[in-house]
Amino acid sequence: MFTPDRKRVSSRFKSKALLLSLAVGGLLSVSAVMAADGPGLGKPIDESQLQGWDLIVQPDGTGLPEGSGTAAQGQAVYEQNCAACHGMKGEGSSGVPALAGGSLTTTPPLMTAGSYWPHASTLYDYVRRAMPPLAPKSLSNTEVYQVVAYVLHLHGIVERDFVLDRASLPQVKMPNSGNFIDRSQVQ
Amino acid sequence: MQNKNKGEPLRSDERIALLNDQVAGNGLISRRHLLGLSLAGAGGLVTSSVLAADAGLLTRPAWSMAPGRDPSEYGNPSSHAAQIKRLAPAPNAISPGTGASRTPLHLLQGTITPNSLHFERHHSGVPDIDPAQHRLVLHGMVRQPLEFSYEDLLAYPMVSRVHFLECSGNSGGNSSGASASDGSAGSIHGLLSCAEWTGVRLSTLLDEAGVAAGASWITATGADAASLGRSVPLDKALRDVIIALYQNGEPIRPEQGYPMRMFVPGWEGNVSVKWLTQIKVTDGPANFRDETSRYTELLPDGKSLQFTYPMGVKSVITSPSGQMMLTRRGLHEVTGLAWSGSGSIRRVEISADGGRTWADALIDADQRELALTRFRLPWLWEGAEAVLQSRATDSAGNVQPSRAAWVAQYSPANRYHFNGIQSWAVSAQGEVKNVYA
Repeated sequence: MFTPDRKRVSSRFKSKALLLSLAVGGLLSVSAVMAADGPGLGKPIDESQLQGWDLIVQPDGTGLPEGSGTAAQGQAVYEQNCAACHGMKGEGSSGVPALAGGSLTTTPPLMTAGSYWPHASTLYDYVRRAMPPLAPKSLSNTEVYQVVAYVLHLHGIVERDFVLDRASLPQVKMPNSGNFIDRSQVQ
Repeated sequence: MQNKNKGEPLRSDERIALLNDQVAGNGLISRRHLLGLSLAGAGGLVTSSVLAADAGLLTRPAWSMAPGRDPSEYGNPSSHAAQIKRLAPAPNAISPGTGASRTPLHLLQGTITPNSLHFERHHSGVPDIDPAQHRLVLHGMVRQPLEFSYEDLLAYPMVSRVHFLECSGNSGGNSSGASASDGSAGSIHGLLSCAEWTGVRLSTLLDEAGVAAGASWITATGADAASLGRSVPLDKALRDVIIALYQNGEPIRPEQGYPMRMFVPGWEGNVSVKWLTQIKVTDGPANFRDETSRYTELLPDGKSLQFTYPMGVKSVITSPSGQMMLTRRGLHEVTGLAWSGSGSIRRVEISADGGRTWADALIDADQRELALTRFRLPWLWEGAEAVLQSRATDSAGNVQPSRAAWVAQYSPANRYHFNGIQSWAVSAQGEVKNVYA
């Protein structure tokens, strides 16, 4: 009794999706036709299974976890995990980017998070997935908020007691954010 | 006009015959010439010096007198070709595994890069992935999130395509350096390779999951320690992106993303995420570090170009090229590689006089899209100084710019997407050097 019901729901959903894709435009309708290509071996999973695994953070804050941190809290995290390479004051070292200062009008330009990066979300995304190089993904979500707040503070972008969290981070205005020209349509 | 190295000078009638077929200044000869030469009975010209120098009886070499070694399970190059290696740096002490090795373009021929010589660029080393434990997760704005094992993907219909892969930072040393550095074609331009990639169309998997209305991008990440991520517009993802499982017929190498990489034809290499483990369908780019802080191009006015994906039309002469030595006067073949991220190669021109005059090189009539093209042209070198250049035009009509024209477009800090014309200076002594011209 349960099985036929589920089948009906499923096929109704499929035809709805097909109609939707036909309505959206040629590209998607073509891909819908090509679906018959594959043997259909993908195993269904639920987004909830990806919590803690999916680390992608978008500029609008999508993907940011619970937790919060301030620069004041982040200084110790920074000094313990980052300063050996990036310098006690974020000055950088040979082959390691500076995390303070920077300007696009000097010769040569010094492109840092503060002078160059368009989105604060990238700092969270990158630190969490890739830093520190010898132990990536070892910082807790809270520690990442703290150390990102500290780096933003080194650049003078937020105050020392500014609380960085999933609500406030997307609101942080990066100084160079208006200066990127999207070329993604040139393919 | 005695050849100072070895062999005989050209006979005056041979020289005149060649120069009658000159198609551009400083000795570039029509590609039709070699055919005409043999018909005219002057075919001995190229080899006459060898015949004159070595008139003794031939002896039979030792390897013709005893059996050779047994068949083997996985072959290796000849020990006499052992110098043909990637140009690899010293290990990175600060960020282990981060760095690049380059393809020795000047030591190779044809257009396919052997797997052991395909360039590498890693952002946190090469992971040793057990395919039985690896998963590709497809989720986000889809009807049904799905997980695929390596075994699953091996059962899908596949396509095979020959494509070049070029790092966005390739040739960057020539873009902004105050003076031209000493280097070879491989050391300057070797973040470039070409292989036959076989795998599953991403569109097949996206269709299985069902892309939701409003989706416009995919964001992909790898299973390396850096979890490197890149964003790709959905229309490209559906057009020609494949989940590559094989490289030149064998499972892709660990340094190319084993067990699977997202291969994005024609686009800057960093987008072809290796060790692919996640594709999340979204309504916008993630703005990962490698598409904001890096792989963006700073302009002179302080603005920057972002999501600049296709690699520009480009060519480089691989022989004669930097750090080579011409040890013989006479006829040489100028040869090299051309490619474009916007189609196929329609034309390659060569100059031997620093761009004053140009001649069309020979390329195959049937050019593959987004693949390397080999070009060739005969060149009579008689000991005069020369500057060799090549200039490619693609099927979209894009023409490779001069170095100066390229440099003028960007901030001096930008080293990405350099596709300016390469100049190799040939001295009267035959030394070939990287120069700006």
